Amino acid sequence: MKNSLTIAGKELAGYFLQPVAYVVMTVFLLLGGFFFFALLRYFEMTLAYSAAMQQNPEVLNQINLNQRVIEPMLHNLAIVLVILVPAITMRTFAEEKRTGTYELLLTAPIRTGEIVAGKFIAAASFMLIMIGLAGIFPLILVAFGNPEVGVMFAGYLGLAFLAISFVSIGLFTSSLTENQIIAAISCFGLLLLLFVISWPAQAGGSAYADLLRYLSLPDHFSQMVTGIIDTRDVVYFLSVIFVALFLTQRSVESARWR
Amino acid sequence: MIEVKNLTKAYGNFVAVKDVSFKAESGSILGFLGPNGAGKTTTMRIITGYMPATAGTVLIDGLDIFSQSLEARRKIGYLPENPPLYPDMRVEAYLRFVAKLRDVPRAKIDSALEHVLEVCGLTDMAHRICGQLSKGYRQRVGLAQALIHDPPVLVLDEPTIGLDPRQIHEIRGLIHHLSGNRTVVLSTHILPEVSQICDKVVIIADGRVVLEEYLKQLPAGTSLEDIFLNAITKERHDDGATAEETLEEVGAGHT
Repeated sequence: MKNSLTIAGKELAGYFLQPVAYVVMTVFLLLGGFFFFALLRYFEMTLAYSAAMQQNPEVLNQINLNQRVIEPMLHNLAIVLVILVPAITMRTFAEEKRTGTYELLLTAPIRTGEIVAGKFIAAASFMLIMIGLAGIFPLILVAFGNPEVGVMFAGYLGLAFLAISFVSIGLFTSSLTENQIIAAISCFGLLLLLFVISWPAQAGGSAYADLLRYLSLPDHFSQMVTGIIDTRDVVYFLSVIFVALFLTQRSVESARWR
Repeated sequence: MIEVKNLTKAYGNFVAVKDVSFKAESGSILGFLGPNGAGKTTTMRIITGYMPATAGTVLIDGLDIFSQSLEARRKIGYLPENPPLYPDMRVEAYLRFVAKLRDVPRAKIDSALEHVLEVCGLTDMAHRICGQLSKGYRQRVGLAQALIHDPPVLVLDEPTIGLDPRQIHEIRGLIHHLSGNRTVVLSTHILPEVSQICDKVVIIADGRVVLEEYLKQLPAGTSLEDIFLNAITKERHDDGATAEETLEEVGAGHT
């Protein structure tokens, strides 16, 4: 554990020694701000329009901030993460192999599991910091409106789970190669696949379709975004993280049997 | 003490190291010699536990590098062929990181750091960024990294490569000074280096040990260069000799 924290500390500090981390955060927050602004404008217009049509108050009440602003914004940010996470995780192992520091890590008296855990903690913390900063948008809504705080919290929790699952997959692809581009592209491919995997299942009701639907990331994510924290979804995310990290550990350890 | 026992390493069909055995005693410096591609780096990577052997094993102070890997690795300080530096880190932060990885007690990290900075001549470089250092200084940081936990066993892969003559002189002095009761294995293809600082020499060629001898016991008057050239050509000569012998035998049969 101590060794994992040593590595995590070095890795997390390392992110900020490089411009990549700042660029990724800036892009994420700028796009987030843009989505927020655009959706809020649209919300305002819908509200004004509905009021002008003099619809009954029941209908007006149903046009709420959570559904019209936070939900679509989180969905858009999830797509942005598909592109940004590979840029953050591609270095983790690939770079160490290329520069030779891998030799330092693997000959130090630490277990490969501790190396993987350390890198995971660092990358996950980075994501939490970034998503935490995007928490400014709900705060603005709380300051100037009356959104449901619990639902927004569940949505952000979903985004955090999503980002951490992505990071685990990114660590795995990075552990397979010493080429950062290969690590990034294969991570991107896997994440995108998890996004669209339920497409063939839309019509069918077979066990196969159920499986594809279970594997689909957005299905679990959209549940949480609507404010439902279901243990099934939490278990899904935790399993993705666990499986990806397990494979990473095996992949790093395999250097010792080859 | 390092005992290398019948080490064999195959990469697919290519056998890089064949049945290599030798012993490095504590308190002595062993020079590991061989032409390029002879298997020096592979052997050192196996000794330090970076990669496994196909067959055979290595004992570090009696601990098996494969079955008691963590304990054995704790005893080793290792300078790989390329100093394993993180290019974005500052020298001091980097050495602190290695010290923590190598289990230097928290209270002793400061003094250990100060000590290695001083012996490696890096005191003025502590706040420089590793990636911006010259080759010679990178090599020194690599050496400092190998020494920070005061290991009983030091494995140095070509420690003086890329240094200027004055630095080579300093580093050799440093290694000599360091040996004390440590076990030091250093690989090189610079012969005078071995005769100057080593107690024992192991020569490998084509993945095989062709000579293991104390320098004191080498025949007086012969230069290490002759011995080296002789040893590595003997390898080839051996095959030639057998061919000649066979020829002779064939010839003898006829007459």
